[in-house]
Amino acid sequence: MEEGNTIAKRAGSRLCCLCNERKPALKRPKTLEQICRDCFYNVFEEEIHQVIVGNHLFKDGERVAIGASGGKDSTVLAYVMSELNRRHNYGLDLFLLSVDEGITGYRDDSLETVKRNEVQYGLPLKIVSYKDLYGWTMDEIVKVIGLKNNCTFCGVFRRQALDRGAAYLKVDKLVTGHNADDIAETVLLNILRGDVARLSRCTSITTGEDGPIPRCKPFKYTYEKEIVMYAYFKKLDYFSTECIYSPNAYRGFAREFIKDLERMRPRAIVDIIKSGENFRISTSTKMPEQGTCERCGYISSQKWCKACVLLEGLNRGLPKLGIGRSRCLENSNDNRKEAKRNDGDRIIESKQCGSLDF
Amino acid sequence: MHITLEFGGGLELLCDSVKIHNVDVELKKGLEKLTMKDLLAWVRTNLIKERPEMFMKGDTVRPGVLVLVNDCDWELSGQLETTLQEKDVVVFISTLHGG
Ligand SMILES: [Zn+2]
Ligand SMILES: [Zn+2]
Ligand SMILES: [Zn+2]
Repeated sequence: MEEGNTIAKRAGSRLCCLCNERKPALKRPKTLEQICRDCFYNVFEEEIHQVIVGNHLFKDGERVAIGASGGKDSTVLAYVMSELNRRHNYGLDLFLLSVDEGITGYRDDSLETVKRNEVQYGLPLKIVSYKDLYGWTMDEIVKVIGLKNNCTFCGVFRRQALDRGAAYLKVDKLVTGHNADDIAETVLLNILRGDVARLSRCTSITTGEDGPIPRCKPFKYTYEKEIVMYAYFKKLDYFSTECIYSPNAYRGFAREFIKDLERMRPRAIVDIIKSGENFRISTSTKMPEQGTCERCGYISSQKWCKACVLLEGLNRGLPKLGIGRSRCLENSNDNRKEAKRNDGDRIIESKQCGSLDF
Repeated sequence: MHITLEFGGGLELLCDSVKIHNVDVELKKGLEKLTMKDLLAWVRTNLIKERPEMFMKGDTVRPGVLVLVNDCDWELSGQLETTLQEKDVVVFISTLHGG
């Protein structure tokens, strides 16, 4: 018996259920269809195209930055975005935008991946660094504050760094590689925390329309399994090492739970996203009014933005300043509750160190 | 039986940062075939040097670890029941690292 036959037999000797011609290469988690590689590329890319078109994510002529960490999601996003932009004539000017937190042996390596992507995909790259923006690298911050709260700094600084990089590139939008698994995880965490305001926001495909740069998630319905399979079959060059400052912490129990659910019932992920979308509670959860930071001009509902508060602490040698009291400084009568909430923030930014997603 | 094993997506860190391992797996006495279940047990004993819980959960891979046998998703070939043959290539990729 020929080798090809043996493999096909082991794979159930079925043919791809889309083209009925070729040997299937994977089982789609969303639909359980067995499809071949070519059909997979097709449906994977076309679904993302439909999400982009259906949600009117971009307009002709816009400048769009792709938040690029060198990891799997943003690498596949950069590849697919440039493919679709060409194929469907979106008319977008695409850029790669990376943040250099200054983490030796981690970010410097992943930035090498992004630099290769710049050449491979022909997309101009802008790197903004913590050192330039804040005068501190993460390595230096960790030396002062230790390992306990470093992700608070990481998260706050990264978010602002991306906005500053986006402003530098004069882009209209920033796209990030949040995938369906990430969003399902966030939905679950927000339900567990009873955070209604975030629950309704976290499934939005575009956020921050009131802020300096709207952010969108073209992978909102794209399964992590398919992103990784796509990267593998296409031999895309990505970086996959944990942040040395949060080993194993990037995924909490919620991620584990999502992955267990997926194994039992793969549709669970998309179902959770759908229920998050349908979750409408008719309370008028008041969003804090947005002003600008008196010190650096960044959007802030407080006198100083979170980054400036943290920086002030670092520079004055009081690094705990700003940690444990997140958004409601005026509500300091209940510090314990706020501290708890801040812990939650750390969980919710469960991809804090490995990627540009939050 | 000669098998080529490839670890990716960060899993290589669990086996001395070596991505590709050409191994020779002995069939257990009295058994004629090698299944993925046998191979996983063998890998856990012989290749994984640290944090085995990042790779396995129970007798199978941890949810979020993708497995391909000869570049084909093992969900199509019966997962743990997949029978391996001489010179097969088995790839393990973690989806759990970075973004
Ligand atoms: Zn096909
Ligand atoms: Zn961090
Ligand atoms: Zn500020």
